[in-house]
Amino acid sequence: MFENKLEVSLYRYNPEEDKFPYMKKYSIDKPSKDIMVLDLLNLLKEDDQSISYRRSCREGVCGSDGMNINGKNGLACITPLSSVLKKNKIELRPLPGLPVIRDLVVDMSEFYAQYEKIKPFLQNETTAPEQERLQSPEDRDKLDGLYECILCACCSTSCPSFWWNPDKFVGPAALLQAYRFLADSRDLKTSQRLEDLSDPFSVYRCHGIMNCVNVCPKGLNPNKAIGEIKSMLHKNKKDIIASDIN
Amino acid sequence: MNNIFTNNIKTIEYDALIIGGGGSGMRASLELAKSGLNTAVVSKVFPTRSHTVSAQGGITCAIASADPNDDWRWHMYDTVKGADFIGDQDAIEYLCSEGPKAVFELEHMGLPFSRFENGRIYQRPFGGQSKDFGKGGQASRTCAAADRTGHALLHTLYQNNVKEGTNFLNEWFAVDLVKNSKDEITGVIAFSIENGEVAYLKAQATVLATGGAGRIYASTTNALINTGDGLAMTLRAGLPAQDMEMWQFHPTGIYGAGSLVTEGCRGEGGYLINGDGERFMERYAPNVKDLAGRDVVARSMVLEILEGRGCGENKDHIFLKLDHLGADVLNSKLPGICELSRTFAHVDPIFEPIPVVPTCHYMMGGTPTNVSGQAFTRIYNEDKLIPGLFSAGEAACVSVHGANRLGGNSLLDLIVFGRATGQHIQNELKSGGGVDPATRSDIDNSLERLNKLNESTHGHDTADVKRELQECMQNYFGVFRRGEFMEKGLEQLNELREKVGNLYLKDKSDAFNTSRVEAIELQNLFEVAEATAISAYQRTESRGAHARDDYPDRDDENWLCHSIYDPVSKEVSKREVNFKPKEVEAFPPKVRSY
Repeated sequence: MFENKLEVSLYRYNPEEDKFPYMKKYSIDKPSKDIMVLDLLNLLKEDDQSISYRRSCREGVCGSDGMNINGKNGLACITPLSSVLKKNKIELRPLPGLPVIRDLVVDMSEFYAQYEKIKPFLQNETTAPEQERLQSPEDRDKLDGLYECILCACCSTSCPSFWWNPDKFVGPAALLQAYRFLADSRDLKTSQRLEDLSDPFSVYRCHGIMNCVNVCPKGLNPNKAIGEIKSMLHKNKKDIIASDIN
Repeated sequence: MNNIFTNNIKTIEYDALIIGGGGSGMRASLELAKSGLNTAVVSKVFPTRSHTVSAQGGITCAIASADPNDDWRWHMYDTVKGADFIGDQDAIEYLCSEGPKAVFELEHMGLPFSRFENGRIYQRPFGGQSKDFGKGGQASRTCAAADRTGHALLHTLYQNNVKEGTNFLNEWFAVDLVKNSKDEITGVIAFSIENGEVAYLKAQATVLATGGAGRIYASTTNALINTGDGLAMTLRAGLPAQDMEMWQFHPTGIYGAGSLVTEGCRGEGGYLINGDGERFMERYAPNVKDLAGRDVVARSMVLEILEGRGCGENKDHIFLKLDHLGADVLNSKLPGICELSRTFAHVDPIFEPIPVVPTCHYMMGGTPTNVSGQAFTRIYNEDKLIPGLFSAGEAACVSVHGANRLGGNSLLDLIVFGRATGQHIQNELKSGGGVDPATRSDIDNSLERLNKLNESTHGHDTADVKRELQECMQNYFGVFRRGEFMEKGLEQLNELREKVGNLYLKDKSDAFNTSRVEAIELQNLFEVAEATAISAYQRTESRGAHARDDYPDRDDENWLCHSIYDPVSKEVSKREVNFKPKEVEAFPPKVRSY
C-alpha cells in the first residue's frame, strides 16, 4: 500500500443481485486535507453510483448517516478520517443488528417501533393556559442531555441486549427519550409511564455494558438515564407496597 | 420498477396529501390528522432528518416574555422593513398576530424551550429587531431552545404526529404532480425509495411543503436534501414562481464547510472582525452594527474581503469573535455552535474566533400562495387559485419575507402557515370541496420523466452536471450580481438544460437506489436555478438580498412589486405587493437603514 492511497473496505449488498453480502475494496487517492467519512463516501459514489447510504444535513444533527466505522458506530458526516484511519485503511459497515436493505442502509423499523412504544410525546391533559406552561430554569435543565437525541440508532445498535431482544428491550435511544418525558416537570403521566416500563425486559435487560455511552455522537449518556429510570421504578414499587400496607 | 413501463401502477387514495415532513408539512398534517381526514405525509427522508432540524437560533415571535410590553405590530414593522417593502402586508400581519398562539401551542405540545428565571420562554435578540416601530432600540424577540430550536421543534412535531396517528410514507419520493383536464391538481406520482414501487397518490388536496433548494449553489448552509422538489414540480406543471431572484446569503457559514453558525451568536454579544481586527460593522450599520439585516451584513463582509481586508492566508474570509462572552455563556447558550465549530472549523470558540463567510441560506421566493396556503397562478395579470394545490414553508412565497427574511422568521412561517393550510383544507373538504378525478392519460403524462430516466441507455453523469450547475449559480448569481455576468450564466444554463434532460441512470435497481433519487433531484435543482437566474436578470434594481452593481439603487417606481416567473414562456411579469393589512395601517416604503 502506498502512502498516498487509502484502502476502503465497504460492505456491499444489493438484494436484487447478490446472494450474500460481501466486502468490496476501493483504492482512492488520499485527500490533501482531512475530510469526513461522509465526504469519502461521496467521492466513492461519484465513481460507483451503485453505492447506497443515507445522508441529509451533513453536520451531525439529522441522524441519517449512522454506520459502523472501523468497528465503532458513529455518524459519517462528523467523523474525520484522521480519527479513524488505521494504516491508511478504513472499513465501513452498516449499523449492526438490524436487517440490511442495501449496502449501508438498514431497516430501522424495529428501532422506531421501540421509540413509539415509550409514547414519546408530552402528556398533560389539564387545560392549557392561554400562554405557555411555566417551567423553572432548574426544571428545564433536567432535560439537557436528553432532548438532544437525533435518533441515529448508533447506541441501540451497539447494544448486545438490543441485539438479543430488539422486540422486547426498549434499547438505550428510546429509554433516553422515556426518561426525557419522565424528567419533564410538565408531563403528568409519570406513574403510567413507569408501569409501562416495569416488565422484566423493557428496562431491565440493560446490563450496564455502556457501549451506548461510548458511541453516542452527541455525547449523551443513555446509561445514566436508564439508571434514573431504574431508581424511579424501584421507588414507585416501594410506594405501591407502602400504600398497600397502609 | 418493471411495472411502470406499462404504466400499470397502483393508486392510493387520501383526502389530503402532504409532500415533505419538515416543520410546515408536519404542522399541517397535525392539524389534518386531528380533524379525522385521511391524511398522509410523503417524505423522502424519515421526518426528523428534514432540514428544519438544522435551524438553530430560534423562532421570532412577540410573546412578550423578555419584554412584557412587546407588541406583534412592532414585529410586523420589523418584518416589513426587513423585507425591503415587498413582503405582503396582509400575510405579515397574519404571521405576527397569529404567531404567539402558534408558539404557545408548540410549548403545550412539549417543545423544550429554554426559560427565564420567571419560568417563561427565553427570548434572545436577533438581527433587524426593534421596539416601538424602530424607535425603541434593540428587541429580544427570538424564542429559543438553546441553539437547537429547529431540532426541538421538528422532534416535537413528529412526536405529536405519532400521538395523533398520522400516516407517514417515509422514504417515498414525489416525482411530479398529476393534473386533470380542468388544470386541477389531483395528487402526485411517487415511488418508494426502499423498493422502487411506483404509485399514483391521489388526493383532494396536495400540499407542497418541500422546503428550499439551497443546493443550487456550490456553497450553502442547506442540507444535501434541499433540492426544491416541490417547486420544481409546479414549474414543470407550467405553474409560476414568485420572487425567485431573492436568495438570502447568511453572513456566517463556516468557511470551507458551509455549516450554519446562528445569528444568535451575534445576538448574545458576538461580533465580526476583519483582517485588521476591526469591528467593521460599526462603519456599515452604525446603530445596530452586527445585528443589521442579513443582506446588509453579508454585503459588508463581501466588500471587506474584496477590498483586501479579509482574514487568513488568502484574506478570503471574516472572523466571528465569541471568546469574550466566556465559557459559561457559550456552553449554556450556544453549545451546538461550539460543537460545530470544533468539528468543522477546528476552532474552539471559547478561545479563538470562527472563520466565516456569507453562504447561501434561504429561498425567499417560491410558489405564490395566499394566507390559507392556496397556491395560485396568474391569468391576465390576476391571481387565479389552483384547485387542489397548496404550499407552505420555504417552498411557498406567501410572501412574508419579501426581498430579505429576518432571522427567526422562518420557523414562525412554518408553523403559522402550516397550521393555516391544515385548517383551510379541513374546512374546504368538510364542506364538500375537492377536485375531479384524473384520467389514465393525465397520469401517464406525469410518469413521462421518470420513465425516460429509467429507460436511459446513455447520457450525462449526474455528479458532473450537478457540479457545473452549482458553480454556474455560485459564479454568476451570488451575493453581488451584474447584467453582463448574468448573461454568461444564462448562456451556460441553456447548455445545461440539454444535459439535465438527458441524464444516464446506470443503476436501474429498485432497492434503495439513491442514484435514481439524485438524478431526479438534479432535474429539480435545474428548474429552480433557471427560475432564479431569469428573475435575477430581469429585476434591474437592488433590493434586499438582490444586489446588482450595475443597478445599485432601489427603484420603487418600477420595482416595488413581486416578480412572477412563467416557466412556459420563461418571462418575468410584475405583481403588486399587498399594502392592505386588516387591523393596522400599512407601513409605507421608506429608506431602509440600520
